[in-house]
Amino acid sequence: MSNQKSLELAYKIRLHGLEMTNRGGTSHIGSIFSMADFLAVLYADVVNVNPKEPKMPSRDRVLLSKGHAGAGVYAALAESGFFPVKELETHCQNGSRLSGHVSHKGVPGVEASTGSLGQGMPMAMGMAMAAKLNHEKHRVYCIIGDGECDEGAIWESALIAHQFKLDNFIVTIDFNKIQSLAPVEDTIALEPMDDKWRSFGWHVIRVDGHDHTALHEAYEEAKAAMGQGKPIVVIADTIKGKGVSFMENDVLWHYRTARGEEYDAALKELEAHKP
Amino acid sequence: MRDTFVRCLEAYAKEHQELVLVTGDLGFGVLRNYIAQFPERFINAGISEQAMMSMAAGLALEGKTVVVYSIGNFPTLRCLEQIRNCCAYHNANVKIVCVGAGFVYGTLGMTHHATEDMSALRMLPGVRVYAPADALETEAVMPLFLSEPGVAYLRIGRGGEPHCHEAGEIRGYQTGKALEQFSGTDAYLLTAGGILPSAIEAAKLLKAEGKCVGVASFPTIKPLDEEYLASICKKVSTLFTVEEHTIIGGFGGAVCECVSGFKENRARVVRLGLNDTYCAIVGNQAYLEKQFGLDGPGIADKVRRVLSGVE
Repeated sequence: MSNQKSLELAYKIRLHGLEMTNRGGTSHIGSIFSMADFLAVLYADVVNVNPKEPKMPSRDRVLLSKGHAGAGVYAALAESGFFPVKELETHCQNGSRLSGHVSHKGVPGVEASTGSLGQGMPMAMGMAMAAKLNHEKHRVYCIIGDGECDEGAIWESALIAHQFKLDNFIVTIDFNKIQSLAPVEDTIALEPMDDKWRSFGWHVIRVDGHDHTALHEAYEEAKAAMGQGKPIVVIADTIKGKGVSFMENDVLWHYRTARGEEYDAALKELEAHKP
Repeated sequence: MRDTFVRCLEAYAKEHQELVLVTGDLGFGVLRNYIAQFPERFINAGISEQAMMSMAAGLALEGKTVVVYSIGNFPTLRCLEQIRNCCAYHNANVKIVCVGAGFVYGTLGMTHHATEDMSALRMLPGVRVYAPADALETEAVMPLFLSEPGVAYLRIGRGGEPHCHEAGEIRGYQTGKALEQFSGTDAYLLTAGGILPSAIEAAKLLKAEGKCVGVASFPTIKPLDEEYLASICKKVSTLFTVEEHTIIGGFGGAVCECVSGFKENRARVVRLGLNDTYCAIVGNQAYLEKQFGLDGPGIADKVRRVLSGVE
């Protein structure tokens, strides 16, 4: 499969993310950038969604459990035709429907509002369970953060999804290795991540979260695992702030908004890598 | 109440294929019939209340009516934020059932006393709160609890509660309505939940002394029957609320909020219940009710003191 479509979408997600957080004076650009590539692969080539019929019953469900990176999802949806790209300019502005943490209220394509960590994944699991009860064939995709894996409800869900053999449930972990205050391994260590999920009975796929070819293959494997009785986790090794050199692997950019010269420099770097 | 709940649930499930029962690994014996009849619509989420409640929201957003069953504080306080964010904000059809209201599990200790749940749940926008007093009230509220859209909370006892109503007495119950047991001219005792028999006993004791104290049960505390409260405020100047629960923000709090907003005929509201305290005493439900002045004589004593001007 060609990577062109997903590479272009990832580029646009990053551009919009930078612009939206700048305009809104909001945080989490590092977290938006780290997930931009696999989010783009999902929306460009993997998930079955229809902007003309956002509530199409047979659609795949996509939930962002790490709701703080909502700007990335809004950008992906707008660029996929769910609502006008122009509306992204209202992100975090007074009276907007696009809140910093992702909102489903009046926003086509967003299945659920999240932002309190550890809640989107079990919600998505409930949707996957409903699909099983209804003998429906669609899949439920959920994106969680690595810091979010500190939440007990993530591991409660990991146990439950395995118990109920939810092989229509595909969780992607944005494993960017940096959480709110410090590196993950210096906060609440998660490695060996693969072993943890494998021991919980999940089908584990570990992938370079910025390699579009590898990501396409990973999601092909994930889709093919439906019918094997195991929930699927794609552990995407990513770089926080990926795409702008001075943001990469720096905890500062969990919170900082790019302004002035920093904004211009970031924009220039992104544009230099236009696919 | 518990058996009535399950019987009504089974009847509803027969007619409504969308109903799914989720338990947090509780209901041994109680849910047996339901499971036998509807095995494909029974999910034991294990002892995972937080994930369970979010999962229930996810199921509900896909068209299910999800009844979440547990005891004590597990389906409420343990996962309050999940109820707020995942269920209520999404207006998901999640129906939360707590068995063990108040001191029902008295001897098990304070972790198992459900004495702040009504306050916690009624503060959440869009959540209806039911606290029936006996099996007949439970039967009356069940179809409404299950069928009205959005999140609802039902707190019930374990079983064996005395009947406060005659069979068939409650007809056409509507959410948000109070049920008057008898009218009064000196004061009213208003109750939510299984404490109603104590209030009735108190009213009888007071009647023997020449005091005419009315009694009304509120099977729904949210929405609250404001019309009924306005009507009794025209008749008496003192209302007593009685609940096996904290007096802060629960049923008594709800009555205060309502009555204080009346333009005229604002009665004094005296709240009986747990006054900003946990119960560290070991004992069964009746024993603990007595310790907190919530038995018939205890309630009557409080009414006497207030009406005579001592308090």
